[in-house]
Amino acid sequence: MNAERPRPARPALAPRSLLALTLAALLLGGCAIEPWVKPYERERLADPIMKPERDMLAEKHHEHVYDVREAARGATGVQGGGCGCN
Amino acid sequence: MAAIEAATGAATGTATGAAAEPAPSALARGPLRPLLRLASRLAGLLGGMLATGHAAAADLPEDRADAVYHSYTGGGVTANGPALLLRKSIDDAFSVSGTYYVDSVSNASIDVVTTASRYHETRIERGAGLDYVYRDALISLAASNSKEPDYTANSASLDVAQDVFGGMTTINLGYSRGWDTVGKHGYPAFSAAANHWQYRAGVTQILSPRWLASVNLETVSDEGYLGSPYRAARVFGAAVPETDPSTRSSRALAVRAVGSIDAASSVRAEYRYFWDTWDIRANTVEVGYSRYVEQQRWLLDGYLRYYKQSHASFYSNDFTTELTYMSRNRQLSTFDDLGLGAKATYSALRVPARYEIKLNAALERLRFQYSDFTDIRTGKNYSFDATVLELYVSATF
Repeated sequence: MNAERPRPARPALAPRSLLALTLAALLLGGCAIEPWVKPYERERLADPIMKPERDMLAEKHHEHVYDVREAARGATGVQGGGCGCN
Repeated sequence: MAAIEAATGAATGTATGAAAEPAPSALARGPLRPLLRLASRLAGLLGGMLATGHAAAADLPEDRADAVYHSYTGGGVTANGPALLLRKSIDDAFSVSGTYYVDSVSNASIDVVTTASRYHETRIERGAGLDYVYRDALISLAASNSKEPDYTANSASLDVAQDVFGGMTTINLGYSRGWDTVGKHGYPAFSAAANHWQYRAGVTQILSPRWLASVNLETVSDEGYLGSPYRAARVFGAAVPETDPSTRSSRALAVRAVGSIDAASSVRAEYRYFWDTWDIRANTVEVGYSRYVEQQRWLLDGYLRYYKQSHASFYSNDFTTELTYMSRNRQLSTFDDLGLGAKATYSALRVPARYEIKLNAALERLRFQYSDFTDIRTGKNYSFDATVLELYVSATF
């Protein structure tokens, strides 16, 4: 009776490789995607009413008010001035 | 295929910038090293974007001029002043912009009145930008300088927005670098440096003829003097100088959606999660509604914003033991704030395809409520109300 030798475990796919493969698959798949909203259907999306951050200076002021009072920062879509003043 | 080249090329550029230090050459070891590092990151981002091959073109920002009066009042602080913006395209591919921003601050905040005397100072910020359209990519370079008597901040940034999938998707990548010099009133020998690195990436997606969504991630790393030379911590009720760590790294992830309800109105919602190496966690939620009235003569916006954060690991209202790092900076405490804002835009003069002049007024009312920061005069948790106002004229041409 031959005892079955334990096989060396096959290395699982590293999470980073999995992520890279998923991203590559999505991007490759994306090449085949036809734009499902045609340019002539985007009139409403281009309207200023769809851009709440349309006035850069006013947005910058608001961001400055938050930046110097709150610890959170970033991902606001507004370019900061790098001012650390309080 | 162009999309893949753009995405992979740009990702390589960003990864190279964020990776470990390259092998130093004689030149790279010299004073030019920070510049070379910045240049290599910019080249990586640019290289990726220039590898695209679409015939359609992204749009340059429209030519415009803005004159703003801004004001903040709350918690004993008044900050106000003018701000100007001028943006003009040079030809079909380039646009230049300049900004001038003045903050005249009168500070009698709770930190100041309980540990020092009120003060007035003026901060002036100047900025310049260059935008360049290459096929489906918009490349933006910007630099700014902010000066106040005891603080100087310089920054430079590069942002690239690349349209892919027939304009259905826009990929944004950006990098900023900041160099600050911290001073102290009455101590001319005091000078400390603070450096900042920001990386951002985002995707904006057209979901339908009425809906847009976006996801943005931004990391910020700081190194140097990150505290305030004036602020004090408390140990058993006694004031001691504040000591903050000299490094900090943070991440913020935001998701947004904007939808058109009908031809005259839209709604939006936004959520941001923030976390950093100082153990601060924060959540921000914002919802808004916009509406045209009187056949687009008026555009009205209203929004509600809620922010909540936990305190930093080295924050305490009153320490019971002396530690290496100690802060009583209320910006690092546990608190929340709620803001309710409104904005009205009036189209005063409009000549289609030539120019438009708009008058704008924006007002936000905020309430800050602290959970572990007390007013040492009363012993109660501190809270205050604030008002943010902007009045401005904007012209597009």
